[in-house]
Amino acid sequence: MTQLVPLQVVIPLLAAPICLLLRDRRYAYVFSLAVVWATFAVSVALLGQVLGSGPLSYAMGGWAPPFGIEYRVDTLNAFVLLIVAGIAAVVLPAGVGPGSRAAQDGREYIFYTAFLLCLAGLLGVTITGDAFNVFVFLEISSLASYVLVSLGDDRRAFVAAFSYLIVGTIGGTFILIGIGLAYQMTGTLNMEDLAARLPLVTDQRTTRVAFAFLTIGIAIKLAVFPLHQWLPNAYSQAPAVVSAFLSATGTKVAYYLLVRFVFTIFGAGFVFGALHLDAILMPLSIAAMFLGSIAAIYQTDLKRLLAYSSIAQVGYMTLGLSMASIDGLTGGIVHLFNHALMKGGLFLVVACVAERLHSTRLVDLRGLGRRMPITTAAFVIGGLGLIGVPGTAGFVSKWYLVLGALERDSILLAFLILLSSLLAVVYLWRIVELAYFQAPDADAAPIREASSSLIPACVLIAATLYFGIFTEWSAGVARSAAIWLMGGPV
Amino acid sequence: MRPLAMRMREKVVLRVVSRSFIPFVLLFGFYVQFHGDFGPGGGFQAGVIVAAGLILYAMIFGLDAARLVVPQRWTEIGAVVGVLLYGGVGALSLLLGGNFLDYNLLDSHDPMHGQHLGILLVELGVGITVTSVMIMIYYVFAGRGVGARPPTAADAER
Amino acid sequence: MELGVWNYWVVIILMMIGLYTVIARENMIKKIMGLNLFQVSVIMLYITMGKVDGGTAPIVVEASHTASPVIYSNPVPHVLMLTAIVVGVAVTAVGLALVVRIRETYGTIEEAEIAEIEGDAA
Repeated sequence: MTQLVPLQVVIPLLAAPICLLLRDRRYAYVFSLAVVWATFAVSVALLGQVLGSGPLSYAMGGWAPPFGIEYRVDTLNAFVLLIVAGIAAVVLPAGVGPGSRAAQDGREYIFYTAFLLCLAGLLGVTITGDAFNVFVFLEISSLASYVLVSLGDDRRAFVAAFSYLIVGTIGGTFILIGIGLAYQMTGTLNMEDLAARLPLVTDQRTTRVAFAFLTIGIAIKLAVFPLHQWLPNAYSQAPAVVSAFLSATGTKVAYYLLVRFVFTIFGAGFVFGALHLDAILMPLSIAAMFLGSIAAIYQTDLKRLLAYSSIAQVGYMTLGLSMASIDGLTGGIVHLFNHALMKGGLFLVVACVAERLHSTRLVDLRGLGRRMPITTAAFVIGGLGLIGVPGTAGFVSKWYLVLGALERDSILLAFLILLSSLLAVVYLWRIVELAYFQAPDADAAPIREASSSLIPACVLIAATLYFGIFTEWSAGVARSAAIWLMGGPV
Repeated sequence: MRPLAMRMREKVVLRVVSRSFIPFVLLFGFYVQFHGDFGPGGGFQAGVIVAAGLILYAMIFGLDAARLVVPQRWTEIGAVVGVLLYGGVGALSLLLGGNFLDYNLLDSHDPMHGQHLGILLVELGVGITVTSVMIMIYYVFAGRGVGARPPTAADAER
Repeated sequence: MELGVWNYWVVIILMMIGLYTVIARENMIKKIMGLNLFQVSVIMLYITMGKVDGGTAPIVVEASHTASPVIYSNPVPHVLMLTAIVVGVAVTAVGLALVVRIRETYGTIEEAEIAEIEGDAA
């Protein structure tokens, strides 16, 4: 059933314009729910097939690769597809929320259209085996995410979306330049073909410049430390549901792209042997881990706090990549999965809080443990995952990262990973302290638990517990992907 | 200052020239559209040319007159229909047992004719969407007015 | 200098003008203009790389019409740039739509003035 391969992208891509025509809030909601669940089912089936019978290749329009556009599914991107589609399937039932601008104007269908387009773009980036296709789908998802961010309930959302647009477009154009230069050197856009031909021209300056442009462009989309400035504003101004979706998928797909270009296309030998990417990426990752967490400690808004924490978590993922070992890469990929669950769940908790309190400022969280017990408990469990407490998903990824560090004989690196985890304790403790050990304001009205976002939030948080205890599956898939990337047998 | 539409009404040369010019712009657009599978051209270029003709009409005769020719709702429907036509051709070839967008299967006897039909339909979809979206973008920006005013339901940010 | 070199100079100069405008200008419309210039420079990079010396437009010429074999320019970069142009138009449209909304809510499109307004509000 290779026909599932195009359907993965085509279903959400064609559903988005239909959603635009539906207009009615309920129709658009039910229709897009059906679409994201169908997309999720396709991704589950694809991963099952890839694990069972090896990589799938699909020639678009019947034009055989390398001349036609090829869609290629292997263990790595089937795993990422599953994460992206799965997060969408869990997040979308929460709906856009009554506070956002789309709901105020009575135009929720804009949200659902943009959401489906963003999903289609992210899935397209992941599934395609054609370098130029990557750029096209990346821009589809980016454009949709600018619209999604601008739907936030505050007027600052426009400014945040605008600066996100400027930075995101520069990043996308850098990627385009990189792809163009690689095409110039090899005359092909097919990833497999590129991987075969680029090693022959690695001594050329153009190849190195192509890699530099691609890396910087992807690093902007991934929010690697010095290029992260767009992220806190965009995530804190977007509706909480959008932050949940984007933080759990957008940077993850960018990370996948970096892994794909570094390991499969340019090759680890060239990237780490000749260009020493690890010498740059590793200090930046460590800086992100510490400075992101320290910045999170000083935030006064829950969404901004989580956004800065995302920068730190991206640091862990890029650290895993820069180790260029099977353990490190496993840590990075499994953290991609775990962080998607944790941060998606935490932002959905924020959506619950925002729905009832109409505020995400930390001072308004006083006594929340008594006012919204389930929501607060979910937040604490998600937070424990961010710290990396054993029994939660975050522990698994940090375990592999520490293993990777020890494999490099770097006790210092392992120590830094543990030390930065302690910083997460600091910023999360502030919330626990406010929610449980301070009394609510005397005039605070009793509130109920949130309606639509509570169940999705609990599902994701429960998943972080599940994958923290039963690690065989997530870590196993990540490990087999990492072994394959490092050139081992599938 | 009088509204732009009123001042435009006095520009006889502009009105007469554009009135006789626009049909040829549209005709050229259709030529580029339907000759696109034999020579240079295609949906993107044709869509932009047709939209340019209609936008010229809107600039000279005013937004309200243009909305009588092409209502804003049509542009939204057109944008969707074009994409669905494109995707529908792909889905049809999928249903016929081939790969997505494999035009060869559209004609069971002659694959060459299938290719021809596929390109024609897909480019038509592209043309409809591009025309609609270009006009829609113009309508949305031009209908917004100069001064700040509260947003209405009709103003779409897309 | 030969042709093969100065086209890249044009591309790089345009690219830097665009990037500088995006970074240095406070006015949001000017930022978008800089962004457009930046994207156009990349389009030119692709188009010049597709040009083959002495090549003609890649439309099939009947063999009987010509004596010598026909050299074609590479059409692939042109087709790719068709898509990049569409992406550029879409980015510009979304960007301008955001600028319109910013103008309507803040009454200005200068970044420093918006920061000032937000600073007072906070």
